[in-house]
Amino acid sequence: MSALGKVVRSGVARRRVPTIVTGLVVMVAVTSAVLGASLSVASRGPFERAFQQHHGAHLAVRIDPAKATPAQLDATATAAGVAAVAGPFPLATVSAGSGQFRMPPMEVAGRGTPDSAVDELTLTRGRWATGPAEIVLAANGRFNGPLLATGTELTLDNVPGNPVVTVVGFARSITRTADAWAPPDQVTAWQTAQNQNQNQSQNQNQTASQPGYQMLYRLTTAGTQAQVEAANEAIAAALPAGSLTSATSWLAVRRDVVGDTVLLIPFLIAFGLLGIVMAVLIVGNVIAGAVASATRRIGILKALGFTPGQVVRAYVTQALIPAAAGAVLGLGTGYLSTLPVITKTNDLYGTTDRGTAPWIGVLVVAGILAVVALTAWAASARAGRLRTVDALAVGRTPHAGRGRWASRLTSRIPLLSRPVSLGLAYPFTRPMRSAGMIAAIAFGAASVTFAVGLATSLSRIDEVEDIAAVQITAPMEGPRPSRITDPDKVVAAITAQSGTSGYLGTARTEVTTPGATGQLTAMGLTGPDASRYYRMVSGRWLRGPGEIVVATPFLTATGTKVGDQVTLTSEGRDIPVRIVGEAFNIDEDGMQILTDQATLGLTPEIYYITVKDGTDIGTYAAALSTALEPLGAVADTVDHSPPEMLVLIDALTALLTVLLVVVAGLGVLNTVVLETRDRVHDLGVHKALGMTPRQTIAMVIASVVLTGLAGGAAGVAVGVLVQRAVLAAMGRGTGFTLPASVVDAYGPGVVLLLAVGGLVIAVAGALLPAGWAARTRTVTALRTE
Amino acid sequence: MIELCDVTRRYDEGPPALDDICVSVAPGEAVAILGPSGSGKSTLLNLVAGLDHPTTGTVTVDGVRVDRLGEAASARYRRARIGLVFQFFNLLDDLTVSDNVMLPAQLAGTARADAERRAADLLARLGVSRHSDAYPGRLSGGERQRVAVARALMNNPALLLADEPTGALDTASGEEVRKLLTELHADGQTIILVTHDLTLATACATRTIRLLDGRITPSAAEGRAGARVTPSGAEGRAGARVTPSGAEGRNRATGDDAAGRDR
Repeated sequence: MSALGKVVRSGVARRRVPTIVTGLVVMVAVTSAVLGASLSVASRGPFERAFQQHHGAHLAVRIDPAKATPAQLDATATAAGVAAVAGPFPLATVSAGSGQFRMPPMEVAGRGTPDSAVDELTLTRGRWATGPAEIVLAANGRFNGPLLATGTELTLDNVPGNPVVTVVGFARSITRTADAWAPPDQVTAWQTAQNQNQNQSQNQNQTASQPGYQMLYRLTTAGTQAQVEAANEAIAAALPAGSLTSATSWLAVRRDVVGDTVLLIPFLIAFGLLGIVMAVLIVGNVIAGAVASATRRIGILKALGFTPGQVVRAYVTQALIPAAAGAVLGLGTGYLSTLPVITKTNDLYGTTDRGTAPWIGVLVVAGILAVVALTAWAASARAGRLRTVDALAVGRTPHAGRGRWASRLTSRIPLLSRPVSLGLAYPFTRPMRSAGMIAAIAFGAASVTFAVGLATSLSRIDEVEDIAAVQITAPMEGPRPSRITDPDKVVAAITAQSGTSGYLGTARTEVTTPGATGQLTAMGLTGPDASRYYRMVSGRWLRGPGEIVVATPFLTATGTKVGDQVTLTSEGRDIPVRIVGEAFNIDEDGMQILTDQATLGLTPEIYYITVKDGTDIGTYAAALSTALEPLGAVADTVDHSPPEMLVLIDALTALLTVLLVVVAGLGVLNTVVLETRDRVHDLGVHKALGMTPRQTIAMVIASVVLTGLAGGAAGVAVGVLVQRAVLAAMGRGTGFTLPASVVDAYGPGVVLLLAVGGLVIAVAGALLPAGWAARTRTVTALRTE
Repeated sequence: MIELCDVTRRYDEGPPALDDICVSVAPGEAVAILGPSGSGKSTLLNLVAGLDHPTTGTVTVDGVRVDRLGEAASARYRRARIGLVFQFFNLLDDLTVSDNVMLPAQLAGTARADAERRAADLLARLGVSRHSDAYPGRLSGGERQRVAVARALMNNPALLLADEPTGALDTASGEEVRKLLTELHADGQTIILVTHDLTLATACATRTIRLLDGRITPSAAEGRAGARVTPSGAEGRAGARVTPSGAEGRNRATGDDAAGRDR
């Protein structure tokens, strides 16, 4: 073995702590970076990727078959903006159940095969429905619960003769074009039977089914609502007037599927960047510290004839060996920890990803190893350039004179034991090393602060939407629930029900207003809970008819402000209203109008009920359902579970935070180990003079208290600033003004706790070296040069 | 009373640093341990200070089995009974002279004001009070060693252990320290002194023990100025009764706390 090889081998083997810490830090850094990068990529792309893979429908329209012929429908394939078309597929709305179990009404599309040029379906279980009395349910639909399995027989309540169908499979539609699929002939048969029955008797308690055909389109450009609407208008123009009864844009589906994760993107990008920056900083800190502490050894090597170039090669190699081992391990753990994300996104969106893109791993490992090599090169080149005699003279003790003022100051602090006051002064003797430690702690604290802010802001966005415990709906009428026939009686039933806290009744309609293109959704609201579902940005909540509350995008699009009067046009009627408030409302891209139901003369379609604390929601809903039965309305509990992707992202964000905190702790550990080694002789003197192991631990722990507090304070400040900057970017990017209650995620108590978190990181990192210091034998310490 | 009985200290696989030696030191004695490098002098001192433990044998100081003390107990033992003076002073560069001197008392829990008073007295007594606010790096070698002695005396130790106290000093500074140690002994301080410096041993010690390769040499103990001490100890200044090899052939050097004491 060459002399260089021997030096490298002995350096790696003998300096075990820096070697192990370097390996661990690089491992965790690579894991964090892979996780952070994967998180950003995975949270941005799955819907779009799956949409491309399965030729998702940009536009799904419902056609009245009485007004358009198949030939006319075929002709829409050449309409402006249309790239591909599928259909017509017959549609039927059926109410199904099995025994006592009743399912909400579902829309069944008649399709002979899951394959299609538009909206290709993925069978997730079972097989495709090929024969009569067979049905395939949507895997991502409302009914994919444990209650149903292939082979389940369902009775169709609203089809004459109550035919029984067998569930033969489950399939996923990326654009959620139907709740179920059956052979086209079968759906047409149900449709025909329902129509005949409807003509014969108008049964109020039975779900009515409107005849219809579904046409699915892929468009040449569909990035914006305006582009989708333009295509919709072109298709409508190619058909007889009134034949296109409704249209669903893929943008609306994407919004529903991706939901709040869209809001997460800026958070995740910032978080991923924070992780990478922190990993780089701590790796640099650890390597620089390790090489700098070897200056005297470098002096000896030079005295023995090593050239500066050989010194650099030796120390770069010495740093790269544990770093490479750590990087390989980190790559493995990074990929393993991203598997749950991949599995979940595949499950949710139908993507077929097998893992994080290899380029992410290659980039991360190459980047981190480059940082290691560069830092080791810079530090060893500096040491290598030192005159040999100077390098040899570099003592292990700090430069005399530094930080003495701190030592004098702390020694005079009353009530502090001497070991503690000695420890408190340590950071001032090596300011650069302390600065590195503060930076490591600050990044750890910033990560935690940012993660807490992220979770708090998101939960505050969610919590206003999640207050309803029970909802009341009327039977479905086409794709939407019908209006409740006797709202006064429903309200009476709600208020009479024991456990009711409050309620909100909602009804939707389409309106137009000058300045806003196309039709807008107006929500007519009623009930004492209305204001509880929205966070106000400015102005006030509704006090009666003639007032509206809107979100920032509406104000921006229409060039209006709170206090302005605008005119809504609904069913040819002009209704003057005043904008009294600006709310944070992301529904309909922020273009939704909130108003009192009396403004538009609406009656509620859905009631959302809040219950008093301690009320059993299931029992409450069952009792209310019984009371509502004569009114033809049903009460169901509201599913409060947050979107699965959000839960997963929350969990991964927490994992990433833990990893970054571990990296910060390792950075502290490494610095304190170096510091303790540098001071081992002084430590021996202290022990010789009577310092007990407990006092030694107190001194070492005290030596990180100020850096911990400083790092914690700086980290919290950085974390809060980053959170605000990201929120501001998010606001700019999405066009929303976030309410102060969402932005101000940190109370004084939380800030204090987070700042103390820096101290916790510091103390945790110092515990191990403090134990070593306490256990070091006095005579050994005294002998150390 | 300090008793090292049948003490062996072995490091790794090499020959023992101390090989089955027995030494006794009586209160008020000043014993110089002489010998070449690697003879085991410092090891013996470390064992008495509780800084190290014997591989076999016992170390007893005033009835306390020092060889059985754990780290915390030996730290408390040093605070209470031992003052240590090192060859290279081992003053802490970050602390002022005064803070260095006060440190043992503060580690023992003495209030700062009390420690300050005691340190000021000691620094005045040792003639370095004008440097109390200075840092050790600005003092001469002799002054630093005086400060180190002041620190060693801070807790009124029953025993002062000095490891080559003049080893790093020039002649003039060495002379200062010699005088200081002589004065301390004259005041009744028990001292064990490890040194190469025969002049220092002659000046300060009432008895000498010579070590070679971890064993007490046949001319094991000498009286002041290198005078041979008879096994009966009648002629030794310190009255040490020396049994060069002992009845069982062991290395033995004992100080008789009654007979022949020259004080």
